[in-house]
This record gives sequence, C-alpha cells and structure tokens, in this order.
Amino acid sequence: MNVDKTKKIISKYGIYFVFIIMVIGMSLASPVFLTGRNLMNVIRQVSVIGMISLGVTLVIISKGIDLSSGSVLAVAAVVAASLGQRGNWHAKMFPNLPELPIIVPLLAALAIGLICGAINGTLIAKTGIPAFIATLGMMVSARGLALLYTDGRPVSSLTESYQYIGQGYILGIPVPVIIYLTMVLVTWVLLNHTKFGKNIYAIGGNIHAAEVSGVNVQRNLIKIYAYAGLLAGLAGMVLSARVNTGQPGMGVSYELDAIAATTIGGTSHSGGIGTIGGAFVGALILGVLNNGLNLLGVSAYWQQIIKGGIIVGAVIIDMRKNAKKK
Amino acid sequence: MTQQYLLEMRDITKVFPGVKALDNVEFKIKSGTVHSLMGENGAGKSTLMKILIGIHPPTNGKITYKNKEVVFENTNKALNMGISMIHQELSPVLHRTIMENIWLGREPVKGPLRLVDHKKMYNMTKELLKDLDLDIDPKEKMANLTVAKMQMIEIAKAVSYNSEVVIMDEPTSALTDREVEHLFRIIERLKNQGKAIIYISHKMDEIFRISDEITVLRDGQYIGTYLAQELDTNKLISLMVGRQLDEMFPKVECEIGDIRLEVKNLAVEGVFKDVSFILRKGEILGLAGLVGAGRTEVIETIFGMRNKTSGEVYIDGRKVKINSPEDAIKNKMALLTEDRRHTGIFPMLSVKDNTVIANINKYVKGNGLLDHKLIKGDCEKYKDAIRVKTPSIDQLIQNLSGGNQQKVLVARWLLTDPDILILDEPTRGIDVGAKAEIHSLISELAGQGKSIIMISSELPEVLGMSDRVMVMYDGRMTGIVDRKDASQEVIMKYATGSM
Repeated sequence: MNVDKTKKIISKYGIYFVFIIMVIGMSLASPVFLTGRNLMNVIRQVSVIGMISLGVTLVIISKGIDLSSGSVLAVAAVVAASLGQRGNWHAKMFPNLPELPIIVPLLAALAIGLICGAINGTLIAKTGIPAFIATLGMMVSARGLALLYTDGRPVSSLTESYQYIGQGYILGIPVPVIIYLTMVLVTWVLLNHTKFGKNIYAIGGNIHAAEVSGVNVQRNLIKIYAYAGLLAGLAGMVLSARVNTGQPGMGVSYELDAIAATTIGGTSHSGGIGTIGGAFVGALILGVLNNGLNLLGVSAYWQQIIKGGIIVGAVIIDMRKNAKKK
Repeated sequence: MTQQYLLEMRDITKVFPGVKALDNVEFKIKSGTVHSLMGENGAGKSTLMKILIGIHPPTNGKITYKNKEVVFENTNKALNMGISMIHQELSPVLHRTIMENIWLGREPVKGPLRLVDHKKMYNMTKELLKDLDLDIDPKEKMANLTVAKMQMIEIAKAVSYNSEVVIMDEPTSALTDREVEHLFRIIERLKNQGKAIIYISHKMDEIFRISDEITVLRDGQYIGTYLAQELDTNKLISLMVGRQLDEMFPKVECEIGDIRLEVKNLAVEGVFKDVSFILRKGEILGLAGLVGAGRTEVIETIFGMRNKTSGEVYIDGRKVKINSPEDAIKNKMALLTEDRRHTGIFPMLSVKDNTVIANINKYVKGNGLLDHKLIKGDCEKYKDAIRVKTPSIDQLIQNLSGGNQQKVLVARWLLTDPDILILDEPTRGIDVGAKAEIHSLISELAGQGKSIIMISSELPEVLGMSDRVMVMYDGRMTGIVDRKDASQEVIMKYATGSM
C-alpha cells in the first residue's frame, strides 16, 4: 500500500520532484547557484515569460493555443513606453506630451493586451476558426502594428517611476518578481475558486458537454483569451521597464517559451488538465536550466538543444502518467 | 455429437492494481456457433475480451486456439490469427472513403514502387459489401454514413480479415430494427460458414434469438455456461445480478397536475415538423420511435441546442424563448443527453466537478469565489441519495462504470432542481441493476411533481414508465397513446407509420 501511495504521489507531483532534483544537482555543481541573490535572479529572469505562461495555461486547459503573446507584448511595450517618456527627452514620440503619471502607461499596456486577447477570443468563439490560426494572425498583425506605431524605432528614456516597475525593489525583492508572484496567486484563485475556472476546465474537457450543461462557451472563450492578452500586456510593461526601452522587436518567440513552461508544468494539450502550480514550476525549471547552465559555462547553443529535449521529455513522461490511468 | 472447441480460455485471472477484474474465468466456443457473454457492467466482459484480442496480458491462465496454446501480445497478432473484434465505440477515419477504411494498413499494392492499387481495392470492397447485402458505394466517405451503416462497415471489415472468431460488443445499440434484422442475417451467414461469434449485448430478446450458448460473469467471477434453450430472461437476469428482479419498472402512480409545458407546431426545416404536445406536472411522457425518427432532434430543439424554424414553447402558460441550453436551464429545464461520452461527462474531471457544473451559479459567493464547502456537501448528499458507487467524490469520473457515470449525470441535473426533466435514453448501455435504480429514481421524481420526458428505444421501458407515450415516425408525430391503451403492437404501428 505504501509503495502504491508513494508511486501516486511521485506521479502526481513528478514535476516538482524534477525541479527539486535540478536545484540539488545545480547547487552541487556550482557553489554560486544556491545563493539568495542568484535564486532571486532566476525568478526575476523568468518573471516575464512566467506571467505570459499563466494566461497561456488557461488557454491550453481550454484546449486552445495562443501564439500571439510575444507580439502583443511588443505592442503593449511600445505604446506604454511612448506614454512614459521623460519630459525633457529630445527624441520623444509625442514631443508635446507632458510627463504622465505611471498609471497611464500601465493602464494602456493592460488595455492593449486585453483588447488583442479579446479579438483572438472573439474570432475563435464567433467564427469557429482554430485558435492556432486566429492567434497566428494576431501574432503577425500585432508585430506589424508595433513596427507601424514606432516606425521601427525604439522608444527610450523612460521616467524613473516607469523604470521602477522593472528595476526597483520592495523589501529587497525585485518588483517584477512581486508582480509575477501576485499574478500567480490571482490566476490560481481564478482557476480554482471561481466559476470561470470551472468553466475553463469544462470547456477543455468536453466542449459539447459544457454547452449542454449551460456553460456559455463563447463568452468564456473570449474571457480566456482576453485574460491571456492582459497578462501579455502586463509582461510588455514590465519588460520595457526593465530594459528601459520599448522596442517593436521585443518578445519574439516568447509565446513559445511560455507554451514550453506551461507544457513542462503538466498542462495537457488535449485539454481539461493543468495547474497554475505546474506552470509556475515549469517556468522555474526553464529559469534554473538557463541560469545553471550559464554558471557552468555551457554554451548558449547547447542550452537551446537541452531545452528542446526537456520540453519533449516532460510531455513524454506526462503522457505515460495519463496513459497509465486508463 | 461432441465437437472440438475452436477457442478455449481457461483459468483466466486478471489483476489490475487494487482490483481483481477476473478470477479464474472460463470461456469456450465452438466453430459455427454464437456464444453470448453476459454480465452487468463491471462484470469483466470487456476485460476478458481485451485479454483475448491481446490488449491486456492475463495475470494467469491459458488460451488454446485451434488446439494450440497461444499468447497474443498485441491486437495485430490476434487479428492475423483470425480473431477480430467490433468495438462498441467505432473509430473510423471519417474523412476517408469506405474502402480506405476497410483496407487501412493492408492496402493492395502494385508495381515495383508498391503504389496503392485503388482499382483492386475498389473491386475487393465491392465484392465484400455485395456479399453482405450492403448496397453502398465503396468510394463513399465514412463521414456521410449513418452510425448504423458505419457499424455495418465495421462488420464488413472484420469479415474481410477472414476471421474465425468475431467478437461483437453491443453491435445493435445504434441500429434500427430493420438493420438489426440485417445484422442477424449476416451473423447467420457467418455461422453457416463455420465462424464463431462472441456476442455481447444488454438486449435480452436479441440474446435469446441468436445465441447457442451463454456464458455469465458476475463481479469478475465465472458463474457458468448454459445452452440458450435452458434459460429465459428471468433466469438469465438472476444469474447476472445474483438476485431476482421482481419489479423491473416500479412505476408509482402519482397525481398529475396542471399543464407545465406546451409545445405548439414545433418544426426544424428538413428534420421534423408539426410537433405539438403538452406535459403536465408529475407526468412522465414517453417518446418512442425508431432511430432516425427525429426524437432526439425534437428535444434538442426544445432545449435550445438547435434553432427552430417555427413553433412556440410555453412553460406554465408563459411563452418562452430558448436559444441556448443556458436559457433552458434558466427556465428550469434539464436534459440528460443520449451520448454520455460526447455530450455528458467530462472524463478528466472529478465526480465532484462533473456534478456541479450545470449548477455552478448556486455556489458563487458574494465575493465572486466558489463555496467549496457547499459544493462538497451537495455532492456527498446526492452521491448517497442516488447511490453512486465511487471511492470518493474526488475520483475522476472516467474511472467509474457506465451506470455510475450516468448516475452522476442524473445528480448533475437534479442539483439544478429542474421542473422539466428530459431524459434521452437514460438507461442505454448500463447494467440491469443500475437500470432498475434509475427507473425507480425517475418514478420518484415524477412523484415529487416534476414533469418528465423520456426517450427510449426499449419498448418495455417506455410502456413500463410512461403515463402517455408520444410516437414519432420519419420526422413527424404519429400519435400520442394513453398508458391504458398502450401496447407494444400499438406503438410499433405508430412508429412504423402504419397507423
């Protein structure tokens, strides 16, 4: 019985064990790894991808996909940055614009993310085109929009309060980390403690049964993609604040990293299965991997190869776990 | 005359982690006979057949086939040795043609490049279908066929393997009476060719019509093998459930009240037309008809899953507009759908989540969060009230038997406290014991004043449960019969359009 129970726990929390083993392995391999500063660094590095992957998790649980996150991030970043430039900067996008309070660019970033996501969701819900296609369209168009808006140039020299969002600390903790952890908590509550969350699992688990059970599938789909867009917008704000510039070429392929984090975290692409805890650990695993391999001096090229292997390996293990249940 | 057994399974035991699914089971079949395998759901029929065709290895036991001991490591090996199975749930490649489906993986080829020989494939298929009296074009896409036709193609495929043993798992569940007759003719022909047929079904009349022998399993135990003529329905049922079922349809006479639902001239272009009926409080209205008569379509339209072309629906005298299931639920309607897998359960979710999904609004607290305590309490209450067998409400519903899944779905709808409960084939594919429990539950609900519409393809069920029976034929309503006037003959006449 104990063996059975242990097996069950290992299979249920497998990804957490993998994470712990990775941390132990890395700390044995490099003395720098397990320092508070380095660990904080890891979380800060994953915070942007991590935020995106929270929304992507909801999307994938509903049996969808979102390829537009990286481009939406870029649009949000350049628009927010254009509203957050220093008053005395000579190359301002809007020369007559006074220095605005931080809330303005922040709300702009969130609104842009929300709108792009809502467009994704509406297309999918109302026209019935596959999520892959709808969000692929958004991925291409939003990137174009970001280039059009900036004329292909970076938007730099941001106000101090803007930079604070990406570079500041509260009680020694980087602000991006605080934002990320807050969103982890918010999304966790959303998924586990609200009607919306239950509906997401139902739609991904069996869309026909969901409909018959009175779930408004269309409205929920729009909400799911809108939320994912919102998080991409927020990630755009944080990223531009961290690097002190909004660039139209930002966030390329971030959607894939986010999907990878979600997938490593055990969210199933066949819908109905997935957790926020998993998405969080999935993002951390990617972070630890990057960081650890950097500390060990492994080349960036090798890192790519290893990362790809881990994504595929994680899914193979997960599929086995689910297959065994049958 | 003693005849050699073609296939013998002896002392078969199968242990899954934590469960002994089969315990020393025996099964033997001779060439040229039909042998039915009977038992409630969960009795181990499927497991036994899965062992036979090489999906599961047995924990213990021997299989002898054509006097040789064999081990089938996979289904391909069993198939090549002449054992094929027609599964209850079909899995055709929908967007390819009939012939491509039949010869999938073993297409005839020609030339040095081994290109697919479509002409030969076409001719082979044509011959095969002709042999089975199936008048269908081999180039027809699978997606264009009715479920019944697909079933026939599946049978043709089994025949094409030249199988010596053909296993049929509930092959008639989607067939009309005429198609069933056709299937039985095919079975007869296979029998005459010396094939052995293993037949699994819940329909007693079929079992007695075609079986030579019957083997009964109960809870993984071997109960016995009998000649079909030794048994009758009651004896067989008592062997299966281990008790006498004296009251199959515990219809409780209850007071029938005012009109609750009125449907006037409902129609969906090209599907059905002119459907009008009333439903009173505490009444059970049976909806009978052959498959394809439009019964499911009518109730789907009432429930807002289809758009109506014309017609009106009144509830308690008030005209209502129902454009989606959401609207229907708001109007205190509930629909237990026919296809449990497709439109019923969420397989990867827990019993608990499956139970509350249609009534989730009730559990949203003032702060927008869900009241998990209340959810848990309600689930436990209903689980006990309608005797859902599950180790816990956190168990995934896919791990429950069909009958218990159905009970969870009933609980889902009872939680919404509906006034009008629509049940589409509520006892399809579930075992005898669970069936009786669902029947008494339906009666009980009518007794509480709920109005019930029940579609069923089993006439005894319709007759046993209904206060009135509405009959459909070919997209129209052909009659409404009172309980006292209803008999199998009368309903069949309406259902075949001969009255």
